[in-house]
Amino acid sequence: MSQAQLDQMRAEHPASSPLSIHDMTVAYQRKPVLWDIDYDAPAGKLVAIVGPNGAGKSTLIKAALDLVPRISGMVMMFGHPYSQQRKRIAYVPQRGSVDWDFPISARQVVEMGLYRKIGWFRPVTKKYRQQAVEALDRVGLVDYADRQISQLSGGQQQRVFLARALVQDADLYLMDEPFIGVDAATERAIVELLRELRSSGKTALVVHHDLQTVSEYFDEVLLLNMRIVAAGPVKEVFTEENLRATYGGKLALLEQVGHRMQLSEMGE
Amino acid sequence: MRNRLKAGFEMFSEFLELAADWNFRDTWMAATAALAAMACAIPGTFLVLRRQSLMGDALSHTSLLGIIGAILFANALRVSGWIDTETYIATRHAVMFVGAMAIGVFSAFMTEWIQKLGRVEASAALGVVFTSLFALGLLLVRSAPSGLHIDPDCVFYGTIETTAISVKGEPPAPAITNGIMLLVNLTLVVLFAKELKISTFDTELSTTMGINARVMHYGLMAVTAATLVAAFESVGNILVIALLIVPAATAHLLTDRYGRLIGIALVVSALSAFLGHLMAITLPAIIFPRLGFETVRDASTAGMMAGTCGMLFLLAVLFSPRHGIFSQFVQRVRLSVKIAGDDLLGLLYRIEEVDMEERQVGAMDLVRKHLGLGWMMSRLAVASLSRNQQIVSDPSGYHLTDIGRESARKLVRSHRLWEAYMAKHFQLPDTHLHETAARVEHYLNPDIRSQLEDELDTPGADPHGRDIPDERHPEGE
Repeated sequence: MSQAQLDQMRAEHPASSPLSIHDMTVAYQRKPVLWDIDYDAPAGKLVAIVGPNGAGKSTLIKAALDLVPRISGMVMMFGHPYSQQRKRIAYVPQRGSVDWDFPISARQVVEMGLYRKIGWFRPVTKKYRQQAVEALDRVGLVDYADRQISQLSGGQQQRVFLARALVQDADLYLMDEPFIGVDAATERAIVELLRELRSSGKTALVVHHDLQTVSEYFDEVLLLNMRIVAAGPVKEVFTEENLRATYGGKLALLEQVGHRMQLSEMGE
Repeated sequence: MRNRLKAGFEMFSEFLELAADWNFRDTWMAATAALAAMACAIPGTFLVLRRQSLMGDALSHTSLLGIIGAILFANALRVSGWIDTETYIATRHAVMFVGAMAIGVFSAFMTEWIQKLGRVEASAALGVVFTSLFALGLLLVRSAPSGLHIDPDCVFYGTIETTAISVKGEPPAPAITNGIMLLVNLTLVVLFAKELKISTFDTELSTTMGINARVMHYGLMAVTAATLVAAFESVGNILVIALLIVPAATAHLLTDRYGRLIGIALVVSALSAFLGHLMAITLPAIIFPRLGFETVRDASTAGMMAGTCGMLFLLAVLFSPRHGIFSQFVQRVRLSVKIAGDDLLGLLYRIEEVDMEERQVGAMDLVRKHLGLGWMMSRLAVASLSRNQQIVSDPSGYHLTDIGRESARKLVRSHRLWEAYMAKHFQLPDTHLHETAARVEHYLNPDIRSQLEDELDTPGADPHGRDIPDERHPEGE
């Protein structure tokens, strides 16, 4: 990001926002899956990212974290480019994105959240192991610290991921579908944690699939379907009309134009 | 029988005689092979954990192009006068490593590129890349000027028998090369312990934390290629794939601990080197004459090593404590005995329930008939229950003890709670409930039972109207 671009972005987006996305478009094989996302996340709030399958919810998070390339647009976190803010951001990937047969214990997974703090070449010392165990305690898994991760239930695995995000001690949490496939106890534990995070002034953006619980769990909502349909406080934005616009199928023209962009790439 | 015993004994004493011929030459050969195998096991562990074992196969082929290309390049520099012959000879070895590492990274990069461009899965892209680069390497070998001393046999089969020979008690050159490689790999694993772990387990988190998983991947490819080149001279570029992958795969079967994994892989590698060489100098002389091939007296150490690796892997498949076929069999038998025992306890409990006078099941064949068990299983079940003092037998038959009654009550409670639970949530006739409950009853714990109880509208009785016993005995009998 050049200084001029940064200045332009700072003029349009509040520096206090944990996550500012400026005119971002993301494409897979030339076909845009997210169009012109322009968004400022409110500080200290729990935000649900809601939308149908293929709406680009996970892609939004990954593009903000530079995990997938953007074809246009910029992202700032707390007023600075992400590369300068890594330690203030914690990412919780989808549970299915890793190999749970990997030969490590729950505690060792949580320790990974501390690797940045520990630094290159240095070993994980007792102090850090202790921190990992404390985080496991916070998610109710202290008795499972030495279990190999394949022996945990789906909900327990998700809680291990949360514990790993907790030890990162970040200011902005980006979570991809933490509620999917978990038991009722885990769901309660996650909600509890999110509230704790909020009360200590942190912000969380959570990809969420269960419309029933949006207003109970979250302060704000971002309705997404290839573009932002609406964003703001749940009370104002989470309306039947907006939901219909979000779930009532993709915008036909966006889809058609995207398809043509993909085809022209293949020379047809 | 007697003749067979005698033949076996003869073979064994022949083996001891041949093994007694083991001398310091053999020790150096085996040690060289062990160092090569151990050096390979380290990057191999990460290839296996990343589920990229095929990448090792690919790199062992493409490295050929790296080696040849680098030597041809250095030779061209020498011919055109950029470097003198002395420098050329001195740096020849290092140049080979650099060439192989560069090709290693290039192969990984090309694979990703073709995967994206050709819209094929990773293994297909890998297949395209490594076969074409290997073919290119072969072409260069053929067209290389004869003065370059490039011997394809050395690359394909390895020449441990002729090169791993100690001169004046000094370690042979290949032992030193592989030893250095092992040290380098060990150092890297210790230095980058965390980075390797996180970039292998969770590429996305790793990248967001500033440990670029892609860069780590390329680094691993470069190190793997260098390790392979070091091992080529000893074991050849085909069998080296076994050393790369099999010890790590074996270790993966034997442990669930990351730290131990590399340790076990190292031990397996060293073991297969020594055992492999031992077999190479003994077994052919024992076996082949008996098959009518009088002249075959030994076999290639590298081949036997790869074979031993495979055998150790097979042993792990059979006897691994958690994933092994044997332990899984034992586990299954234990579970079957437990279930059979549970069923017998339940049967005795129900008999007590309907008729307080006749608290027994007469004989073993009655047990078998009631529970539909085989001869063996019914005996094992009865033996296990008796040992745990859950049942006693007297001339009139089997009876529950107090301990047994306690366990039986919990089983029957589990069974009936489950029937009641199903009756509430499934639209099924009552006759369909028993079979499922009989399957589930063995796996419920007190916590689940109390949750079930809370779920039910009438927790006192099951759908057939029978009492659901309490979790604890009311009088504490």
